[in-house]
Amino acid sequence: MKFAVQINSSPYAGAAGEMGYQFILAALASGHSVLQIFFYFDGIYHGLAAQLPPDDERQFLRRWSQLSQQHGIDLVICISAAQRRGLLSLEESRRQNRTDQDLAPGFRISGLGQLVEATINADRFIVFPGA
Amino acid sequence: MKKYLIIMRHPPHGSIHVQEQLDIILTLAAFDRLVSLLFLDESVFQLFRGQSAEQYEHKETLAIFDALALYDVNDLWVETESLMEKGLILEQLTLPVKTISRARVSQFMSGFDVILGG
Repeated sequence: MKFAVQINSSPYAGAAGEMGYQFILAALASGHSVLQIFFYFDGIYHGLAAQLPPDDERQFLRRWSQLSQQHGIDLVICISAAQRRGLLSLEESRRQNRTDQDLAPGFRISGLGQLVEATINADRFIVFPGA
Repeated sequence: MKKYLIIMRHPPHGSIHVQEQLDIILTLAAFDRLVSLLFLDESVFQLFRGQSAEQYEHKETLAIFDALALYDVNDLWVETESLMEKGLILEQLTLPVKTISRARVSQFMSGFDVILGG
């Protein structure tokens, strides 16, 4: 079965990241595929490049990038939610005459149309809610 | 075609949440999807007549709800118990809605292909 997942809470203010990650691992282990993770609401903070938790803590960025590299899962950050919260890709920040590059490698910024397409293409769309 | 149910649970102006949920609804409508809305808990206040967010410099989400019919989003459901628990009656809501009892919500949800909550 093809899954797509939406993550709605930030790494440290909710459980959506952990639950979503564990769900995806279980789905992959059961032979399913995961097309896309769509980060929305405060979930966009998962794509912040400069997250530097201590080494003995959970490394969300490493987890997501491994899922993306090893299983080809598309990591999409919603552009309107990201801009509102100050997470800019290099391309977007140039447009604003800024120099920020806030987007972690492996993620891409796109619109809500990607979420709609994921709901159409996936057999199941699973939302992990925010706080 | 897949049928979508959007579950609303948040009050109108406590955060950006409702506005961002409306963005999803409008995008689904732009893709000509079949969209229904279900209002639970404090979200019943989202349709409360006479609300204003002006002093908070918050977007008037009620105006966006009013415009949903233009996008053929007009299948709105309110849970009866949520309405009663908040002391509201249907006449205080700005849009025509259908009501559903809490006991029937689970079965109602099973009639949809994609359910977007949270």
